[in-house]
Amino acid sequence: MKKSLGRLSIYVFLFVVGFIMVYPLIWMFFSSFKPNDEIFGSIKLLPTQVIWDSYLNGWKGSGQFSFSVFLMNSFKLVLPTVVFTILSSTLVAYGFARFNFPFKKQLFMLMISTLMLPNAVVIIPRYIQFKNLGWLDSYLTFTMPALTACYPFFIYMLVQFFRGVPKELDESAKIDGCNAFTILIRILLPLSVPALISAALFQFIWTWNDFFNSLIYINSVKKFTVTLGLRMSLDNAATANWNEILAMSMVAMLPCVLLFFGAQKYFVEGISTTGLKG
Amino acid sequence: MQISAAKKIKKKYDYVGLLFIAPWIIGFLVFQLYPLVASFIYSFTDYSMLNNPSFIGLKNYKDIFTTDANFWQSMKVTMIYVAVSVPLKLVVALFIALILNVKIKFVGFFRTLYYLPSIMGGSVAIAVLWRFLFMKDGFLNKLLTTINIQGPDWLGDTRFSLFTISLLTVWQFGSSMVLFLAGLKQIPEELYEAAKMDGATKVRVFFTITIPMLTPIVLFNIIIQMINSFQDFTAAFVITNGGPANSTYLYGIMLYQNAFQFFKMGYASAMSWILFVIIIAVTALIFKSSSKWTHYEDGGGII
Repeated sequence: MKKSLGRLSIYVFLFVVGFIMVYPLIWMFFSSFKPNDEIFGSIKLLPTQVIWDSYLNGWKGSGQFSFSVFLMNSFKLVLPTVVFTILSSTLVAYGFARFNFPFKKQLFMLMISTLMLPNAVVIIPRYIQFKNLGWLDSYLTFTMPALTACYPFFIYMLVQFFRGVPKELDESAKIDGCNAFTILIRILLPLSVPALISAALFQFIWTWNDFFNSLIYINSVKKFTVTLGLRMSLDNAATANWNEILAMSMVAMLPCVLLFFGAQKYFVEGISTTGLKG
Repeated sequence: MQISAAKKIKKKYDYVGLLFIAPWIIGFLVFQLYPLVASFIYSFTDYSMLNNPSFIGLKNYKDIFTTDANFWQSMKVTMIYVAVSVPLKLVVALFIALILNVKIKFVGFFRTLYYLPSIMGGSVAIAVLWRFLFMKDGFLNKLLTTINIQGPDWLGDTRFSLFTISLLTVWQFGSSMVLFLAGLKQIPEELYEAAKMDGATKVRVFFTITIPMLTPIVLFNIIIQMINSFQDFTAAFVITNGGPANSTYLYGIMLYQNAFQFFKMGYASAMSWILFVIIIAVTALIFKSSSKWTHYEDGGGII
């Protein structure tokens, strides 16, 4: 009796804390359908009348450029970045996990240590570098570092995963006439699909939500991503257009939330095998 | 025959490996090592992007430390922010992970619930939400008036502003929690059984088995979260823009303003190197202290 009461209180505790944590997100969702005076006028969760103006007006963005443009831009920036990250990280991780070359240990340590290299320290010269290359205000500022495996987190994650795949598989493939590259394509990659998916998901969400780098590298409204568009709406909005801002915040979050619910187990697996920020 | 062949492969170098890691070598040299060295060199120059960098020795550093009042303010704010948000976040994450690790039902459901805020990371949308929740007439204060409490101006009062920003960081404890959960799962069952046989109490088991076995993950979490927190920018920038009265003037905001609003590239580079040295020093301190409190089954490092 005492034991089950203790157990019940654990559930109650977990649920109450969880509810308080998620409530702001739920509040945000419902408030985006409320008229402005109702958002802070009442603490009721559900709107008395559901309105869509917030979405319609908010969507207009700067007037000249709407959220359709910003959403498209976000995809144009994020998708190639994700693809290039996975591509380059896979090759590099394979190199580290399966081959013995001079200074491998030192290079691997170097790669790991760049995990701790603060972005703040390299961003100024990178900005100047990108400016000289004429890359500023283009998505090359994201895709080129992705193509050259500048995300040690994913390399590390995939190295760990590849190491878990028995080497005997490689050996027997070699006997069957596979070369180094076809072993990767035919043997390792099919076995690594879950790891690749988790890496892709994390990179998608991090790049989608990125604000600091976008703010610095992307200047023209025409090329703004959703994040930048949202920030602009927040600055421009007449003080009372809260529901429009909330509505566009929902739009900005939606792709990530959908991905999260659609592919939850990959998040948890990905973060458990290596797990960093987030 | 096959074994000797395998041995041979192991002994000699496989240069094709270098080909595979070539993208990283290029990326490392071009986008990481070069900028690191360049920012060090810029830090000794006066560089506004309009003119060429001119060497001015230690002047930037001297100015930062002696004449720039903003620097000390932002250093103070950042230190408090890191010292409050990182331990708080990890304590909450560890606490919830420990509860979830007791064999209860619906672990998946609760894990999702607690992890959800974390996937939004430092996004602008979440910053917007925080602003609306904690405005003077925002949701929280409206809620408080219903129980006859006059809530403070969470974002406009210098006594609460930094705390409110830190709360946003703590709210996103999900990824640390999932890491702790994974670590808890890896503790061998035999250890618990042995302790049980020896008649150890639950409390004793917790402090002599669970906590020591979890220390490597705690160390890893502390370092990663610390490095990230020192550079945090989005929340404070979008919600309060460093105000009121510079009470949320995080180092990242100061760096951003100097570099990309005033275009004082040399000065900002010096600032970034000061941050870098601080991060290295704090990391080293944590590592050094960790030998006293971290337990490694195999005596190895975290990597």
